[in-house]
Amino acid sequence: MSEKMTYAQAACLALQEAMRADPRVVALGEDLGRGGVFGQYRGLPQEFGPERIIDTPISEANIMGAAVGMALAGLRPVVEMRVIDFALCAMDEIVNQAAKNRYMFGGQGRVPLVARMPIGIWSASAAQHSQSLEAWFTHMPGLVVVTPATPQDNYGLLKASLASGDPVIYMEHKELWGLEGEVTAGKEVPLGQARRLAQGHDLTIVTWSRGVGVTLQALALPALAGIRADVIDLRTLWPWDKDAVYQSVAKTGRLLVVHEAVQASGFGAEIAASAAQETGCRVRRLGAPRIPVGYAQVLENEARLTPEKIAGAVHALLAQLH
Amino acid sequence: MTDERLLDLYRLMRRIRAFEDAAEIASQGGVAAWGLAASSKPALVRGPLHLSTGQEAVAAGVCISLQKEDLLTSTHRGHGHTLAKGANSSRMMCELFGRATGYNKGKGGSMHIADFSVGMLGANGVVAAGIPIATGAAHALKIRRQPHIVACFFGDGAANRGPFLEGLNWAQVYRLPVLFVCEDNRISATTPTDTMTAGEGVSARARALAIPSLKVDGNDVEAVDQAAARLIAEVRGGGGPRFLHAVTYRFKGHVSVDPGTYRNPEEVAAAKLAGPLRLAAGKLIARGVSQAVIERIDSEAQAEIEHALQVAEAAPWPEASAAYEDILNTGAGIWQ
Ligand SMILES: Cc1ncc(C[n+]2csc(CCOP(=O)(O)OP(=O)(O)O)c2C)c(N)n1
Repeated sequence: MSEKMTYAQAACLALQEAMRADPRVVALGEDLGRGGVFGQYRGLPQEFGPERIIDTPISEANIMGAAVGMALAGLRPVVEMRVIDFALCAMDEIVNQAAKNRYMFGGQGRVPLVARMPIGIWSASAAQHSQSLEAWFTHMPGLVVVTPATPQDNYGLLKASLASGDPVIYMEHKELWGLEGEVTAGKEVPLGQARRLAQGHDLTIVTWSRGVGVTLQALALPALAGIRADVIDLRTLWPWDKDAVYQSVAKTGRLLVVHEAVQASGFGAEIAASAAQETGCRVRRLGAPRIPVGYAQVLENEARLTPEKIAGAVHALLAQLH
Repeated sequence: MTDERLLDLYRLMRRIRAFEDAAEIASQGGVAAWGLAASSKPALVRGPLHLSTGQEAVAAGVCISLQKEDLLTSTHRGHGHTLAKGANSSRMMCELFGRATGYNKGKGGSMHIADFSVGMLGANGVVAAGIPIATGAAHALKIRRQPHIVACFFGDGAANRGPFLEGLNWAQVYRLPVLFVCEDNRISATTPTDTMTAGEGVSARARALAIPSLKVDGNDVEAVDQAAARLIAEVRGGGGPRFLHAVTYRFKGHVSVDPGTYRNPEEVAAAKLAGPLRLAAGKLIARGVSQAVIERIDSEAQAEIEHALQVAEAAPWPEASAAYEDILNTGAGIWQ
């Protein structure tokens, strides 16, 4: 049975089900007692009380570090970082503590936690609340990196992340919180499996998170009339679904990677290089220029992924000889 | 205190000392750090080896009141804490030698020594990083209604990092069962901490958060034991966090290859005279324990550690394929 709900509500439902099923699941972060700043925990404080939906001090390092300690002591914490930008205050706890624990201690410890850190441009919130830093975490052995694009995926991937037994960096997109869609409760979305949204022989477009919706808008533009693309939503950035990407580019011979994050050293580079190396395909990347996200609309737009920019990149790729 | 307890503490401190002395010798010829050239002799213990020589009373005096199910987080100087919590010296030595049979399968080494089976959740290469982890573990114990506590060791230098404040505040806000132990050797790597720490020092910071604290002579294992036992009983009784400030002294340089020439030799000599092992042995003698009993303890510790060295030298290296294990389950099929 499916039900229409928002991306935020879908995650809330997933967490609620997990918390009902497993008393070890707790959530901690700032303002969770109010249901979270985006309402993504709404109703949970009332149902589970302050001991399991934990309102914390503004102590990002300790929120992440405590979650590591909680995980080591038998809980399955969900960490709320509010926006990914604040996770930078907890980088040691993520990179040196959560990600390294299992390996460094020879498998003695496991750190099953889910760290939610919303990415993406948040309109008029400027440079410190709008970043998309997924590449930082894909670079880090020991971390799973998840970027849901739809309500159904936000439900299913959060469930899978809670069950994974490893530290998961879970990146929702701030502009997707209100996105509505059908969600089938109980429907699993496995980690590491991409989803194909459209079929075509002209090129492959690989994207994730808000890039998915923008890519579909781009394909509906008159500028791309007649062009048929395989569109792949990666859903999980680490481990990423290489098979799905390689199979598609083996057919189309052309790959465009699209992401909202800054293009330079972005995760698109990893996908493009891997695919080119494996299949000899032509590659092109589209990401943001290497600029902080500005406050004024005109500045923000420079960093924003748009259907028009995607259309331009598609034409550039199709015109590319090799 | 009974003579038995003091003898137990002495025995533990002696084992720690023997372990670290042996590890230090095994590390000679190791990393070319601190401006020293590597010798031609290959080192059995590679990489940075942070010794706690002179600080044994803090590890022993605190851990003697811990139960097996209690948890512990440590610093980069974690051998003493690990042994005191009940780890096996041979498996520890195997880890320092980088062998597959070490606690961490050779993936951690000295700086990450750990024995999760006795609740020792790891030494840590990042100063102060154990503090948030300890608060989280204590938080989990409270949520899971488990009657155990967490001991959190950190150095005087760690008190100047943010996670110290975040962790102490957190523990007090949620009244968590954690004993914070500042193992204050008065130096932070190579810098005297009093030149770097504003205000009245670490316990003043705990008091500012209304965390009850005690300050002790950290070289006097009986004093540490008494203070720690009292604070641990209060933590166990549900009183929330407590803070122990144990002032001690590090005999050696920052790492094994550091001769510590930046220290005043007279100060070092005086500290050695007042060191924890001498102090405890003197007390035992004064109470009528014979020199022979003490010497037997010393030689038993020596024999244990010599055995550990033999076990470690004979132990197998990890397979190269182990480098790809214990990273992620989810990635296993797709990574490579
Ligand atoms: C975050 C961080 N900064 C710096 C270092 C390098 N470092 C290792 S130990 C140390 C000194 C720590 O002082 P203290 O806590 O007093 O312990 P001590 O080594 O003196 O026993 C430093 C600066 C580190 N490991 N982690």
